[in-house]
Amino acid sequence: MAGNRIWTFRTPRARLALWAGWLGLVALFVFCWQVMTRGTIWAFVWDAPTQARDIFGRMFPPALAYVPELMVPLWDTLNMATLGTMLGVAMAVPVAFLAARNTSPAPRLLRPVAMFVIVASRSINALIWALLLVAILGPGLLAGIIAIALRSIGFIGKLLYEAIEETDARQVEAVTATGASRAQVVGYAIVPQVLPTFWGITVFRWDINIRESAILGLVGAGGLGLKLQASLNTLAWPQVTMILIVILGTVVVSEGISAKVRRALI
Amino acid sequence: MTAAYPTRWRRPPQIIRNRRLARALQLGFAIWLIAALATLDLDWARVAEGWSRALRFVEGFLQPDFTSRWRDISRGLVESLTMTLTSTVVGVAISIPIGIGAARNIAPRWIYAVCRSIIAVSRAVQEIIIAIFFVTMFGFGPFAGFLTLSFATIGFIAKLLADDIEDLDEAQVEAVRATGAGFLQVINYAVQPQVMPRLIGLSVYRLDINFRESSVIGIVGAGGIGATLNTSIDRYEYDSAGAILLIIIAIVLLAEYGSSYLRKHLQ
Repeated sequence: MAGNRIWTFRTPRARLALWAGWLGLVALFVFCWQVMTRGTIWAFVWDAPTQARDIFGRMFPPALAYVPELMVPLWDTLNMATLGTMLGVAMAVPVAFLAARNTSPAPRLLRPVAMFVIVASRSINALIWALLLVAILGPGLLAGIIAIALRSIGFIGKLLYEAIEETDARQVEAVTATGASRAQVVGYAIVPQVLPTFWGITVFRWDINIRESAILGLVGAGGLGLKLQASLNTLAWPQVTMILIVILGTVVVSEGISAKVRRALI
Repeated sequence: MTAAYPTRWRRPPQIIRNRRLARALQLGFAIWLIAALATLDLDWARVAEGWSRALRFVEGFLQPDFTSRWRDISRGLVESLTMTLTSTVVGVAISIPIGIGAARNIAPRWIYAVCRSIIAVSRAVQEIIIAIFFVTMFGFGPFAGFLTLSFATIGFIAKLLADDIEDLDEAQVEAVRATGAGFLQVINYAVQPQVMPRLIGLSVYRLDINFRESSVIGIVGAGGIGATLNTSIDRYEYDSAGAILLIIIAIVLLAEYGSSYLRKHLQ
């Protein structure tokens, strides 16, 4: 009897479950599709290729004469990203040390708080932070900087606390054995181990922040996005193209710098 | 005499070996910082005025008002959730052929180049800018958002899938090829079993990302909870805005735990 058995990849039960799973997904997709498109005006959708051709026709050639006017917003965008990253780092470092299991002074009490700060910061996009801060602080760079900083806490905090938790415990023990205080242990055993990772994370986040700060102006936070918003509102499509080119160029350059620095660090 | 021997330990340079270069970089950065801070013209009167609003916002966050705008909130939420699922499914479905085409080890040169450029375009342009274009082309509403998220999904999934295919175990591909299998058979029997667990994990992760993005693209008119949030902040209804933010955080938390659980289970 045993010789008659045919090898199959999965047991019948697993195959049945798999099919049920796929069927469920398809059913869910169809349902969601219907809910989502309930209010869609299909005439606009079928019309889209014409619209696209129209827009792209208007977008070219890009308005080169507009470039000088973009230099100040570009400078603002870079400053917003850099200052925002620095402020974010300043807030994220203590949070990371509170969140890491091996450095948290009160793992039961403070660790969940630090974790909540990290999660809350990560789940709300920089654009939403900016929307709120523009309403509170008024339009301008300050709102953008704080939005960038608040958004960066979660990212830097999460990656940094993971790095702190992965540090080599033997070095901590060695420094503790010399009779060092808690602060000295952190300074001489943990900080040197996470420092390269820390700079890597910071530069990586700075690169992401340049991308984000380029569009924060859409909700009034200054920089290139503000010009983009203005050009879109006046239907100045050649200017829109030029702004998009500048944004893309900035993003590519910052990505190059960040990749180079990170390669040197790690 | 050993007086010349240094008795104080000095920490060796960590990152930049050349001390002069390090100093120059630090100085340059400090100058930039001062210049940046100088351009920041702060309107303290406006900031002071904002304090009362900030307090009202914190109050709204602590006493969220779910009921008075519940119809708008629930509509935005349904739009966001349906957009998230449909765009992930469609995006992943389109990503699979592109991802296969962008893997250097199985695709011909020109297909590789085409697929990699599609990925590069999708990754280089931010979601919000794509959303602006799709809203102008397809009109306001969740359909534009669905297209935006699908497009963004392609860059993410196709790139990671292609990278994964590039590092798969060649021995298995060779073994299947040696049986005389055609291209599709090689994909199905040698590539698919190796990358499937990771593809499912990535899709679940992307589902999570797409929800977060769907809460933003509404700001430019592409439907979803972002539009509701934008309206409530514009009307200074901070208690409703607080409720929406709490809902977003809760769903993101749920999605994050759910997706990490699912990924652990599947892999």
